[in-house]
Amino acid sequence: MQDVENIVNGQKLFLKPEYQEVLKNKKEFEGNMGSINPAKVDEIQEWTKSWDYREKNLAREAITINPAKACQPLGAIMVGLGFENTMPYVHGSHGCVAYFRSYFTRHFKEPTPCVSDSMSESAAVFGGLSNMKDGIRNCNALYKPEMISVSTTCMAEVIGDDLNAFIIGAREDAEGELDNTVITHAHTPSFVGSHITGYDNMMKSTLEQLSEGVEKKVDAERINIIPGFEPYLGSLKEIKKISKMFGDKIIMIGDHEEQWDTGAGEYKLYSGGTKLEDGKTAINAKATISLQKYSTIATAKTIKNKWKQGYETCNPIGLSGTDAFVMKLAELTGKEVPQELKNQRAKFVDAMQDSYPYMHGKKIAIWGDPDFLLGMVSFLVEMGSIPTHILCHNAPRKGWEDDMKAILAKSNRAAECNIWGGKDLWALRSILFTEPVDFMIGNVYGKELYRDTKIPLIRIGFPIFDRHHLHRYSISGYKGGINLLTWITNAILDQLDEETKAIGETDYFFDAVR
Amino acid sequence: MGPETLESLQKKALDEVLASYPAKVAKNRAKHLGVDTPDGVKGACDTTRSNKQTVPGVMSQRGCAYAGSKGVVWGPIKDMIHISHGPIGCGQYSRGGRRNYYIGTTGVDTFVTMNFSTDFNEKDIVFGGDKKLKKALQEIDELFPLNNGISIQSECPIGLIGDDIQAVAKVHKKETGHQTIAVSCEGFRGVSQSLGHHIANDMIRDHVMPDTSFRKDFDSTDYDVAIIGDYNIGGDAWSTRIILEEMGLRVIAQWSGDATYKELAIAPKAKLNLLHCYRSMNYISRHMEQEFGIPWIEYNFFGPTKTTESIRKIAACFDESIQAKAEAVIAKYTAMTDAVIAKYRPMLEGKKVMLYVGGLRPRHVIGAYEDLGMEVIGTGYEFAHGDDYKRTKEDISRSTLIYDDANEYELEEFVRKLKPDLVAAGVKEKYVFQKMGLPFRQMHSWDYSGPYHGYDAFAIFARDMDLAMNSPVWDHTKAPWDKEVEGA
Repeated sequence: MQDVENIVNGQKLFLKPEYQEVLKNKKEFEGNMGSINPAKVDEIQEWTKSWDYREKNLAREAITINPAKACQPLGAIMVGLGFENTMPYVHGSHGCVAYFRSYFTRHFKEPTPCVSDSMSESAAVFGGLSNMKDGIRNCNALYKPEMISVSTTCMAEVIGDDLNAFIIGAREDAEGELDNTVITHAHTPSFVGSHITGYDNMMKSTLEQLSEGVEKKVDAERINIIPGFEPYLGSLKEIKKISKMFGDKIIMIGDHEEQWDTGAGEYKLYSGGTKLEDGKTAINAKATISLQKYSTIATAKTIKNKWKQGYETCNPIGLSGTDAFVMKLAELTGKEVPQELKNQRAKFVDAMQDSYPYMHGKKIAIWGDPDFLLGMVSFLVEMGSIPTHILCHNAPRKGWEDDMKAILAKSNRAAECNIWGGKDLWALRSILFTEPVDFMIGNVYGKELYRDTKIPLIRIGFPIFDRHHLHRYSISGYKGGINLLTWITNAILDQLDEETKAIGETDYFFDAVR
Repeated sequence: MGPETLESLQKKALDEVLASYPAKVAKNRAKHLGVDTPDGVKGACDTTRSNKQTVPGVMSQRGCAYAGSKGVVWGPIKDMIHISHGPIGCGQYSRGGRRNYYIGTTGVDTFVTMNFSTDFNEKDIVFGGDKKLKKALQEIDELFPLNNGISIQSECPIGLIGDDIQAVAKVHKKETGHQTIAVSCEGFRGVSQSLGHHIANDMIRDHVMPDTSFRKDFDSTDYDVAIIGDYNIGGDAWSTRIILEEMGLRVIAQWSGDATYKELAIAPKAKLNLLHCYRSMNYISRHMEQEFGIPWIEYNFFGPTKTTESIRKIAACFDESIQAKAEAVIAKYTAMTDAVIAKYRPMLEGKKVMLYVGGLRPRHVIGAYEDLGMEVIGTGYEFAHGDDYKRTKEDISRSTLIYDDANEYELEEFVRKLKPDLVAAGVKEKYVFQKMGLPFRQMHSWDYSGPYHGYDAFAIFARDMDLAMNSPVWDHTKAPWDKEVEGA
């Protein structure tokens, strides 16, 4: 029973003997093997660690287990929230939107505005036009957005709703109410690609539709920066700071930083975001830099082929990635690299040289989105770590693996590194048991891998639900590099302490100075 | 604040919110909103319109049928593998967030926190996914030989592209002898999670209830009961079970938190079904009553008052020996819960609470708050039916604003106007109200604490509410340089 002076929640309550008895007695009625024959569980568990199991596991064709990707509309919503006073609107079932909002909110610990038009069975039969007509109008009346950013769920895609025609229809029926509301729209079928594909489709459509009717007039000083599906809000801030050093007309397109980083004291539905005017004039820029090449494949085509605009990709994670970004800004603006950035670089390199003994030679397994991985692996190689297993569940079909190989080629341990495109985290479990590493870098879904394999997890990626505030930091730029270095080095040192803390056994190495 | 004042404030808030809507929406929403009081004439609890289409374009907090089936009813069954059948998103968004606790070796003999998906691509949509599903079932059996069955949880496209998952499941079951159950819980069905619960119940009725393999040799006692509609959030079913066992009852099954397939199959051996979440499992309770003659009663294990009432109600279904033990249990724990109340009530007395949850909680938790002297002034359900609202009448303690399928705009406005001291709802709402400087508790996940069912759990509930209400962090919102504004 609870001790009123020391009330404990489930974590410790269920360890009390009376509850242990309850759980033990429950086994009599249970049918799982652990309650019938625990030895059999041990046997199978051992087998799941074997090469035999790995071969079967990696040969899977039909069932995906513990994925490391999500679906298109999630990325589309991030684009919508990157523009000022914009309400993301999902044409489809409201269940999906409940999921998207919860997912982002659990990561950012912030509200995530997004509506749907609640399509259900009748819409499945008759199409979602009437939902769209009511939905857009209600959304507009209630939330007073300047822009509504419409994406689709797989339901709307399967029944073949025509967004463009629907939105025209909605406007016609709205008795003028929607005349001053911008409505952008993209088809984002969940059964194609992943959340980064949705980001790409929505960004492409947003840019095309915002610039419709805008007379192209190139502004030689204007540069656009598209951040991509970037869960690190501090990275957005850092990129904007760096850009600012090169000029005032370097503008982030799709800037969701402030939407998910608002202060206490007042709730505002909309916060920050790229100005719609800047979205409309993006076509006039001299060039656009995408910070996530593989989150903007379709967007790139619009910029290069339709807009005939300069298009560059940079990946400012780690040293050389940031160097390339800084040099690209210098090249495009014709300006020298500012002293402040030179200082930042020197300090980052200094920090790398302080900490290298710990990261050097460490075998690391890492997973995440394609561009995140290119940047992170580049940093690991710069530090002398061995990115032994690089797993990208949503690996792009073209180009990505070659880009990754080019990065690995800079490591003298490249032969030990494996690229696992299209594999899920249950596959990684087998890989880790058969070819273990020292550390893992990834999102919250690595938690179970940590429990199973005991390989320490360093949480960098998306989503991270079980640690707080990491998204506030930058992983980009020289300063972001110091954050990465700090997190990884200290995780390695924590583990070293963990391994050397046994008193009288290993604690001769439990050093006060490292 | 007298009860009249509160009621008039509530009605005013309601009118103001309706006035801000477009006419068509106002007309619709007016039927879902109202005020009711514990006594006297029929109020909103009798008249509230519910289980209807959500207004398009509003920020609804509702989920879908898939969430009701996979997320709520089937997902917690720990020794089965539940496939999210369709595109990748649904399974990913619903992975590991619900906190339905279980004991087992995950990935070997239990699988709850894992995510199995058929990860549909365009080809599967165009040519159908039945072959992929068949192969998926085979791969699962090869890699997870200790699974005690597979359920196939349909996502939206399945019902639209004309796949025959029932046939695939039937063939697989025939070929392997393993329980394989296809659930057509596509997200677009119905208007909320609720139809998903019903569909999930129906599949248990059709596929699990006829399975007598575990019932054949089951040794019954006169005191066998099953816990129905407890998903073991934060361990709720365990802190319920201990009380029932101390009463001398034998809990032979938990549905479906920490459940095994076997517990589902042996439930018809119970002498009495104890139903906690009426909304999500009344269907199967009624079925077991009709098919097997098992009576069922509802109970409420939130807060000592309701827990004690419920214990007596349950004991009354059994003989005097159980009734005597029940009184002993009540006496044993009441001393502790009295001490909890003595400790926390002075810090919480008179604080006003607004709730917005799903299932049973919008009414069931009211008693727990009232035990602490807290006053629930507004409550509503995401996906209730008329019978839920009727039952709510018995639980409200004062004039209460009732809101069905409330959207974020309404919740925000009601809170601004009624100024509660605590809001208790879900994660999507949490940070909205915290930004406004209001303490908030998530009442789906117990905000990463719990359990909240039973006597021991009430101590946690009280501690958590005190933690939320009386944390110093809320005092920091106002900066020292901000001047006090008169009347603000």
